Amino acid sequence: MKKFKILVVDDERIVRESLFHWFEEEGYDVETAEDALIALKKFDVGKYDLALLDMKMPGMSGLELLAKIKEIDSDCIVILITAFASVPSAIQALKQGAYDYVTKPVDPDELNHLVKNALDQKVLKEENYRLKSSYDEMIIPDNLVGESEEMKKIFELISTVAPTDTTVMIRGESGTGKELVAKAIHLNSKRKYFPIVTVNCGALAETLLESELFGHEKGSFTGAHHRRKGKFEMANGGTIFLDEIGSISTKMQIELLRVIETKKFNRVGGNDVISSDFRVIAATNERLEDMVKEGKFREDLFYRLNVFTLVIPPLRERKKDIPVLANYFLNKFCTAMNKGIKGISEEAMNFLSEYSWYGNVRELENAIERAVVVGKGSQIQISDLPFGNTPTETVKSQNLSLSDIEREYIEKTLLKNDWNISRSAEILGIDRVTLYNKIGKYGLKKS
Amino acid sequence: MKIYIAPVKFSNKTLLNDVLLHLKQKSEYHTEEIFLDIKISGLYSHERKQYYSTGFIEQAIKLTEKYEGKVLILTEVDLYVPVLTFLFGEAQLGGKHSLVSVCRLHEEFYSGQGNYNMLLERTLKEIYHELGHNFGLRHCNDWDCVMHSSNGIEEVDIKGNYFCNSCLKNLI
Repeated sequence: MKKFKILVVDDERIVRESLFHWFEEEGYDVETAEDALIALKKFDVGKYDLALLDMKMPGMSGLELLAKIKEIDSDCIVILITAFASVPSAIQALKQGAYDYVTKPVDPDELNHLVKNALDQKVLKEENYRLKSSYDEMIIPDNLVGESEEMKKIFELISTVAPTDTTVMIRGESGTGKELVAKAIHLNSKRKYFPIVTVNCGALAETLLESELFGHEKGSFTGAHHRRKGKFEMANGGTIFLDEIGSISTKMQIELLRVIETKKFNRVGGNDVISSDFRVIAATNERLEDMVKEGKFREDLFYRLNVFTLVIPPLRERKKDIPVLANYFLNKFCTAMNKGIKGISEEAMNFLSEYSWYGNVRELENAIERAVVVGKGSQIQISDLPFGNTPTETVKSQNLSLSDIEREYIEKTLLKNDWNISRSAEILGIDRVTLYNKIGKYGLKKS
Repeated sequence: MKIYIAPVKFSNKTLLNDVLLHLKQKSEYHTEEIFLDIKISGLYSHERKQYYSTGFIEQAIKLTEKYEGKVLILTEVDLYVPVLTFLFGEAQLGGKHSLVSVCRLHEEFYSGQGNYNMLLERTLKEIYHELGHNFGLRHCNDWDCVMHSSNGIEEVDIKGNYFCNSCLKNLI
């Protein structure tokens, strides 16, 4: 990726230095100059993508320097920094070719976006050519690993749907990697330079949901001291990932449908209509069709979300991926924990390959993490695995439904952890509220 | 390598203890609390009602010559540099010193409702972020990485709580 060159011109040392550090941390190549003459000397020998000029400087003003820079390099983006009193001069500067101006002190978010947007404009043409030529190169998140035919099919579907703006519904058991698939779709879309914002619908308390999703204005309720952007606003330009979509209340289903259809909403306590350009990816491990029949999920929302469906098979149906995943997680945790375990013994690998993995990839990841923590030798042994030497578990019946498997797995995890909700939720990879909801849904009780 | 945490104008003992405990458990580095006699009254701007961030670092440099490792100052006061309205923290890129303020990490600041777990998570994210700069990391484009830039609390919440594999490799 191109490293942009920025020149900061300001006679105040503190301002020069803080902007230097600020942009340096952002990854830019930064230089500073304390006055216009030094800045012009730098322009004689170097090329800068963007110059940030103080309006008021001894000798040549920022406005005069702007004109000189534009003579030397008309492509250089110039942003002026000004005190509030000199705003009229800044407006004059805009007429003379400055990209924009900021008033001191500037909000970090505003400054960052301004510089990024300005540089994005420069890079768009180059990026356009690059994207066309690298269309076939697919970016896959590190953790999304698999060599089985089933996973190859998933990768193929991701590459098909990612470049479009189509709404995607990802289905699969808990722990199969629905969020990673959502991320892969996002990373391979034209929205990849903007964030993917995850909303865990199951974890949101109804009372906070509105403010969380749509944001709020300062003073909109007691304690709202500052304006706050909601998830939909944060996803502007990017993707919103609605995880556990089957868990949302009927009231929120109506709100969601409206926002997804119009891409417009109000912040809580606000009058302005906010527009946000986002792509929707939803995920669930529930049978939404049944929920629609039972009247628990709105049919119109279901059809709005279920445009392109991607079903991730459970790990037990793609056993070929188990060794690949196990070795991937082994490397990951050895790096993170600085341990020198080189591999997994044949016996332990056979055990892993035969295990049923009700908790799917997440359970395998947890098992390997635990094994790396306790492992002492150069290889992971069967005794390092959290199951000890218990007989291999198998799926009792191939006719189990998705909810049966989920209920059974949750119950087993709760029992293993003496009904410690926090610990069980952590192992299951869900939050405590969701776990309580699932316990209620399946009528599980501590015996 | 050691990580020294220096609370300065920091009264939340629970948060400090949890931060230290987390760093000791999660990080391979030895973590220790130290006292630094940083005079903050001279760093206060009456006009802005905030404290000059770089001033903390400047004083810390003089006070920590004997410490081998990274020194992170943890404070409750609101920070600024003249050209920006506020800062969550500041660090010397590839250097020894960094600073994190929890002032704007409190959920009360935004919604009026306290949330300790959220505060702890945000604080740890900012600590890892600033220490990452100390270890030479710049901002990362991966939103799941703690080194993603965050200029607002929403972005602190969205970004990941640890380093991505790529940053982790560069860190080590």
